[in-house]
Amino acid sequence: MIQEPFAEGESLFHRMDPRVKILGATGFSIVLAVATRPSVLLSGILFACLLVVLARLKVRQVFYRLLVVNTFVAFLWIFLPFTFPGEPVFSIGALNVSREGILKCLEITIKSNAIVLVSMALLSTSTVFGLVHGLHHLKVPHKLVHLFFFSFRYIHVINTEYHKIINAMKTRGFEPGTGLHTYRTYAYLLGTLFLKSSERSKRVYEAMICRGFDGTFWVYQHFSFRKRDLIALILMGFYVLLLAFMEWGVRW
Amino acid sequence: MVIEFKGVSFEYPNGRKVFKDLNFHVRKGDRIGIVGPNGSGKTTLFHLVVGLIKPSGGEILVFGKPRKTEKGFHEVRKRIGLLFQDPEDQLFCPTVAEDVAFGPLNLRIPKDKVHDIVRRTLGDLGLDGFENRITYNLSGGEKKLVSLATLFSMDPEVLLLDEPTAGLDEEATRKIEKILLQKAQTYIIVSHHRDVLKKTTRKIYRMEHGTLNLL
Repeated sequence: MIQEPFAEGESLFHRMDPRVKILGATGFSIVLAVATRPSVLLSGILFACLLVVLARLKVRQVFYRLLVVNTFVAFLWIFLPFTFPGEPVFSIGALNVSREGILKCLEITIKSNAIVLVSMALLSTSTVFGLVHGLHHLKVPHKLVHLFFFSFRYIHVINTEYHKIINAMKTRGFEPGTGLHTYRTYAYLLGTLFLKSSERSKRVYEAMICRGFDGTFWVYQHFSFRKRDLIALILMGFYVLLLAFMEWGVRW
Repeated sequence: MVIEFKGVSFEYPNGRKVFKDLNFHVRKGDRIGIVGPNGSGKTTLFHLVVGLIKPSGGEILVFGKPRKTEKGFHEVRKRIGLLFQDPEDQLFCPTVAEDVAFGPLNLRIPKDKVHDIVRRTLGDLGLDGFENRITYNLSGGEKKLVSLATLFSMDPEVLLLDEPTAGLDEEATRKIEKILLQKAQTYIIVSHHRDVLKKTTRKIYRMEHGTLNLL
């Protein structure tokens, strides 16, 4: 079951027009992803923390999600300091740890955490459907929006099918091991899953065209762009510009 | 005449013949039941009516016009509601209201009217307050009723119902029967439940070896 725990809540971001949030998060992510100056990175991570506080997210879940991201980042910390060329700080055996390598790791850690935090505060406080509508109104190509929506919608269905097959296997005494039988069984599982999903997608599409679908998604629940959304958009736009200015503008 | 099959034949790409020279018609106000063994072509018949598959021979007339091309079937699909066997295939929106609104929005009905249609349809089917329920969290019976609601909201002239009571309990079955008798005029039901057909239809056909015989 895919849940959207952050989407249920009460904060100023939950009430905000998804379009504003999508624009804000995108702008922020792009600038931060290419930025290199410490002042910009530091400001970015502080801003991200501020947004998370304002969004009133459950701290436990925020940390849990950060943990997932930082597991990947941890691998960088294992390899990058040893392989990045630069001035050696200390060495373990024949391996030199470079100053530049450590700084690069730090930079990547701050960037990825800041971007994930901002996405949590801004994007996950909308429902997926809200975001889809938002993208639709921002004139993102239909095909991309549909792809996004159906991936989300049908991951759940495929997951359910997967558990059905697994249960059918278990109740007949299947225990995974190492051996041809296990490998073959898993291959069958994947094959069946693929076939079932593709058959289902066909039937869903047929059911849709039977109800007059012609490629356009008509939006049912509409959101309204209010004055406070405009203020939020201006503030976020201003902040992103400020970051860009700090990065590429005059040297402080 | 609402639906008319004139010498229709159909075979699957693998060569399995389902229909050969099938003749069949539905008049306005007909309430028809179809029984028959699995794989005898009951679902195929429905898919031919709405043009999901095309016959290899013969002619299909719907609402008095021969329908051959995909374009010709567009109008058919807007006026005929097809209930799929598995509601998982039919429901795809996150909330019940969105799913019920999907058809009317495709019919280009203005949004404020769609709101009324959604509320009225859900009310008619005893689903008041279901608007914001998540479709994939509904029970089997509720899913079936919501699927039915997604068709009723388009105000179809004919309903094609593929196993509408399969897997439902006594209570949900009674509910569906009642709704059909009260809210629908012309329909064809494919079902293995003879008692349901006896209550809801006036004519029952048996489909066997690609032919329809009146019981």
